[in-house]
Amino acid sequence: MYSVNYHRAASVADAAKLLKRGDAKLLSGGMTLIPAMKTRLAAPSDLVDVSRLKDLQGVKVSGKTVTIGAATTHYDVSNDEKLKKACPALAHMASLIGDPAVRYKGTIGGSIANNDPAADYPAALLALGATIVTNKRQIAADKFFKGLFETALKEGEIITAVTFTAPAKAAYQKFRNPASRYAIVGVFVTKGKEGVRAAVTGAGDDGVFRSKEIEAALAKNFDASALDGLKVPAKGLMSDIHASADYRANLIAVMARRAVAAANA
Amino acid sequence: MSDVSFTVNGKRVSGSVEDRTLLVHFLRENLGLTGTHVGCDTSQCGTCVVHVDGRAVKSCSMLAVQASGSTIVTIEGLANGADLHPVQAAFKEHHGLQCGFCTPGMIMTATDMIARHPQGLDEATVRAELDGNICRCTGYHNIVKAILAASQAMAKGAKGKARQAA
Repeated sequence: MYSVNYHRAASVADAAKLLKRGDAKLLSGGMTLIPAMKTRLAAPSDLVDVSRLKDLQGVKVSGKTVTIGAATTHYDVSNDEKLKKACPALAHMASLIGDPAVRYKGTIGGSIANNDPAADYPAALLALGATIVTNKRQIAADKFFKGLFETALKEGEIITAVTFTAPAKAAYQKFRNPASRYAIVGVFVTKGKEGVRAAVTGAGDDGVFRSKEIEAALAKNFDASALDGLKVPAKGLMSDIHASADYRANLIAVMARRAVAAANA
Repeated sequence: MSDVSFTVNGKRVSGSVEDRTLLVHFLRENLGLTGTHVGCDTSQCGTCVVHVDGRAVKSCSMLAVQASGSTIVTIEGLANGADLHPVQAAFKEHHGLQCGFCTPGMIMTATDMIARHPQGLDEATVRAELDGNICRCTGYHNIVKAILAASQAMAKGAKGKARQAA
């Protein structure tokens, strides 16, 4: 790891100020950033640690509205009793990230800010139609995830929370790489007031995306059988040592059927 | 450089470290606590697991400065003098180790796992919870047995204490 200067932010405003130093980066759980720095894939001049800011922690549920602080760990999301009642699919999804030690450190804000094309949270937030709240504005998930490791976040912008309306039905199914624990394909489906949404992670050449084919089939009938014979185009899907685009296309349909079955269970 | 201070295995310690120093290196090189190992160095194998503020985390993926102010327990802090911690005793009894390299991380993960499952553990849960710990001797069978036995022994111990208190 290259030399770095560490700062522990006292508040979000303090973090915003500290971020102006050199090539500073925000540090939360560090489950991606620290390994990336160790391999010198990332070499920030300064780290601004926001993981201890109480304002950024915790899950709030008010009626159907769920708000999760950006520095809430995967462990805390997966074990939050209120969330397990309001949106069990998201708590379940958080329990599938990485391994127990990683879930104790990694945070929802860190995951979506990084927007790894195989991360779980981007699919969840896209399917939930969530809003990403920053220290400057609110951004709809549909406009937030821009591509591989790219988001709508501007220089110096800090995610403070994510918020969404709990859907009537939702579920996530993931076919994971056993070594990295990332999704080879993950599909999050929701059925709410505004219809059906299905988001796919791990598969897209350009990162997380909504599947028109799945959404169209489920809009008529939110049942796994509605996806029988569904063909997802392999165009625009990743091919790598783990899986070909064709294999991923097939997995998307399989994971979508399982997710709908789980959402209806 | 930053000044850091911790409570490690019940003792206050402080020092001055480069900000890029990983917690595992601080423990091993500054404090001489070499029970915590570096295996894969890519946060997959879990041999560097220690407890930071009561949570089992990978000390190879955390800076020492990030943990400053925290309470840390390493494998050296589990036994009470010559009396092994119940998880250590169970690993010995059930031969839950072969070469022993992964053992400190396995035991730190196991103590955290048992604490989070006061209702008890079954084999499937133990195996799922060991997701982040790799044993390259592939000695999982006895590791799982040891953790199940320790979980039962500790539940009995807790009940015994409760009865004494009542």
